[in-house]
Amino acid sequence: MQNNIDSSLYPTTNGVGDFVRSMLSAQSAELVNNVLAIIAILMVVALSPVVLIWLERKVAAHFQARLGPMRVGWHGMLQPMADGIKLIFKEVLKPEGADSFIFFLAPILPATASFLVLTVIPFDHHLQVTDLPAGVLYVIAVSGLGVMGVLLAGWSSNNKYSLLGAMRSGAQMISYEISLAFLMLLIVLLSGTASLREIVFSQQGTVMDWWIFKFPVFGFIAFVLFLISSTAELNRGPFDIAEAESELTGGFSTEYSGISFAMFFLAEFVNMFVAAALTTTFFLGGFLSPQFGIAPLDQVLNMVPGFIWFFLKSYVVIFIFMWFRWTFPRPRVDQLMDLEWKILLPLNLLIMITGGIFVGMGWV
Amino acid sequence: MSKTDTQASQSSKFSVADHLKEIVTGFVSLLKGMKLTFGYLISPKKVITQQYPENRETLKMFPRFRGRLKFRLDEEGRHLCTACSMCERACPNGTISVLSTKDENKRKVLAKYVYRLNQCTLCNLCVESCPFGALEMGHDFEMASYDRDSLVFILNQKEQDNDN
Repeated sequence: MQNNIDSSLYPTTNGVGDFVRSMLSAQSAELVNNVLAIIAILMVVALSPVVLIWLERKVAAHFQARLGPMRVGWHGMLQPMADGIKLIFKEVLKPEGADSFIFFLAPILPATASFLVLTVIPFDHHLQVTDLPAGVLYVIAVSGLGVMGVLLAGWSSNNKYSLLGAMRSGAQMISYEISLAFLMLLIVLLSGTASLREIVFSQQGTVMDWWIFKFPVFGFIAFVLFLISSTAELNRGPFDIAEAESELTGGFSTEYSGISFAMFFLAEFVNMFVAAALTTTFFLGGFLSPQFGIAPLDQVLNMVPGFIWFFLKSYVVIFIFMWFRWTFPRPRVDQLMDLEWKILLPLNLLIMITGGIFVGMGWV
Repeated sequence: MSKTDTQASQSSKFSVADHLKEIVTGFVSLLKGMKLTFGYLISPKKVITQQYPENRETLKMFPRFRGRLKFRLDEEGRHLCTACSMCERACPNGTISVLSTKDENKRKVLAKYVYRLNQCTLCNLCVESCPFGALEMGHDFEMASYDRDSLVFILNQKEQDNDN
């Protein structure tokens, strides 16, 4: 796969990095560049929830024939700030008998996990902190940290509702991680590489060369399965049985308040962005502009920078997540497990086998 | 249930064809739901939220809204009440007192229709119980007051007389 990447067309270095390298010695330039990269990723972690919370509330409202926030700023644009300020100024309570260290460590873990995943995501051909040769493996490994945060939060709260909620979330997330990993491995099988950057480059060409269409019919099924598993992995509606705000107490986050609750809330939205970014990378051609085989149109589309395409595609996927959440009713716990173990997993295995046959016969 | 029946139900339970059919119909119904909500998303006219203080002048309550009780008037502006007290009996809160008097022909006529909004739950039972269709729930909803006494209305008198 390496040979069909045109390095002059898709350089790995960007303007800021080149500028730093031209100003400083090689060693210090690398340090400065790494710090800049971390700051950039932190900006994504800090800013995407602000956008997503507003978007979630507006989209949810319009799906239900409401208006959503309208008072704070233009069409409620500043509502996430107001929410954030409220949460920051609220008192952080610790229940009696809770394990202090773990209780305050747990909210940090989910956000950390999504931060770590963001470092390998290619936002553009020159906007990727690091391109690991086994990037997919790293993503699967690190996203498991999020489950740790949820389980520790439930365990350390010294509250039976928290513990039950955490166990439910944990069971759900671990189950659906299997599907998610299988689907990622399917793409690895098809593209012949585990580096996220090269997975994107394996989808070069027209729109029909994206993995959603390139692997005929099954690619689309895999895409839908990836969306379903991601939704469940994110503990989002309709699979939010652990929280189920209209029916149960808050699940694993029952005992959390103030800034530590805000951290869970933030992680939820960053995770949604990460899931959408992974879907984009694996199925929708990542930062590559959509090409339709019509030369003048393709040239215009090519002029738009890759990261804009990346964010555009990610937000389309995020919109689909929101569409799911505000349309579908919540399944029961047993139905949720049935869906994973009786429908998604056999289907995944079937698609894996088909994928293997396709690769073996050289049809993809 | 006989043995063959149990077997039949079991075999239908584990039929692969039925299982697949269930999955497909399930997906179709999910897509129907998504189409419906998308319809709401792209048509801002369907939004039912009212931006209340701003649109106070143009706000019109929907027909089924239950505001404070009022008389339904005929074309000449007369009410239809015959002082039969059915509404008073129907009211669970003692909100209504129908005070009647006799006119010159010794017929029972309405003297004072006392309606105490402060006790009313706007349950609509009086409107339903009225045999003459003399009552209706109004659409007035700005009913806050600093004084409980100002919430007692005499319905068969004009507004300005209702101040007590």
